[in-house]
Amino acid sequence: MKDNDLPVTEEELHAFVDGELPPDRHEAVEAWLAAHPEDAARVGAWRAQSQAIRSRYRDIAAQPVPDRLKFERLRRAEMSRKVMAAAALIAVFLLGGALGWIARGTPPNAQDEFATLTAQALEAYKLYVVEVRHPVEVPGSEADHLSQWLSKRVGHPLRAPNLEPLGLKLVGGRLLPTKSGAAAAFFMYENTSGDRYTIYCARSKTPNTAMHYNAAEKASTVYWVDGNVAYVVSGAAERKRLWQVARAAYEQIEPAGSQKNSSGS
Amino acid sequence: MSVFKEGVQAAIPALRRYARALTRNADIADDLVQDTLVRALRSQHLFQGGELRSWLYTILTNLNRNRLRTLARRPPLTLFDENDGPRTMGPEAGGRDIERALASLTEEQRTVLLLVVLEGLSYRQVAEVQGVPIGTVMSRLARARAQVKAYLDSERPVLRRVK
Repeated sequence: MKDNDLPVTEEELHAFVDGELPPDRHEAVEAWLAAHPEDAARVGAWRAQSQAIRSRYRDIAAQPVPDRLKFERLRRAEMSRKVMAAAALIAVFLLGGALGWIARGTPPNAQDEFATLTAQALEAYKLYVVEVRHPVEVPGSEADHLSQWLSKRVGHPLRAPNLEPLGLKLVGGRLLPTKSGAAAAFFMYENTSGDRYTIYCARSKTPNTAMHYNAAEKASTVYWVDGNVAYVVSGAAERKRLWQVARAAYEQIEPAGSQKNSSGS
Repeated sequence: MSVFKEGVQAAIPALRRYARALTRNADIADDLVQDTLVRALRSQHLFQGGELRSWLYTILTNLNRNRLRTLARRPPLTLFDENDGPRTMGPEAGGRDIERALASLTEEQRTVLLLVVLEGLSYRQVAEVQGVPIGTVMSRLARARAQVKAYLDSERPVLRRVK
């Protein structure tokens, strides 16, 4: 009986929901909940969360286990791995030499393109981001015209992403040459305190890549290739922020082949 | 051997469920489970009996943390997940809300909430999995629930509008 007089703690409410409450406190917690509707509502919400989580993932445990996760299969693989490990060690030396030889004459790969385009994007960033009066050729107020023009010159449908949810206004854009003489589109954004971000887009022949973050002096970049276009987002922000910006841009780029040709907003 | 084998086999469906909820991606989840099982097989000789299930959850939780650290250096995979869009509509929408709410948690909070709610581990077992005192488990659980509630209460309409 004495236990019933102790006030109920938040921890006890959680324990109550999770079935971890000592039996002799049940009565006290139930009485407390009857007298404190706000706590009762919270407990109700927690239970609803638990229910939602369980029903969302219930099916997965009921599915048959895929072959690659079968115990016996993994165990056999593990056995042969031990045998193979010794052999592999020798093979690595041989293969390493062979690959090095083969790689001599391969054409510029994704890694090279990544380095080149990132460097170009950073150069453009550094050159124009300090420009006060003429940072862009076409102002953000003519966004539709800007997108149409740059799409035409780059040879791929492009659209300046809307980054206003991140507090970034489109300053505008310009056309830039790439090292190989092709056309690149360059969009510039800024926030109210004048921090600027740029997005550099150029045609690419390499397959889609993951996003790569690269920290350089004074400015960092996030680079990726999506549907034959390489994108480089540059800014002087810390990684998390730049990543946010890149992600917002990424999310607005329509996958290749699904362009809706909408010229409106 | 056979106790070990039976215990591991019995745990696989639940490990897949836990991994899926942690990662929100079926392929990454099964990769994690596979790595967990391989790791468990390799250190089978270190396993002295005791709570096999907790041990497997511990391995998976640690591997996931390592995975997230690697991603932090090289971020792409999370993004691809954000993009598996069309399923946001329709009957799964309710499930997507709780998924998004879970995604808004820190990794530690998500781990605690899922281990307690989805996997039915005791507070003590979760403390062992995470290698922290029970008090820390409790405060992570409380913060996780408060955050999920706040997300479901208020964030939802905002998200709808942005999309």
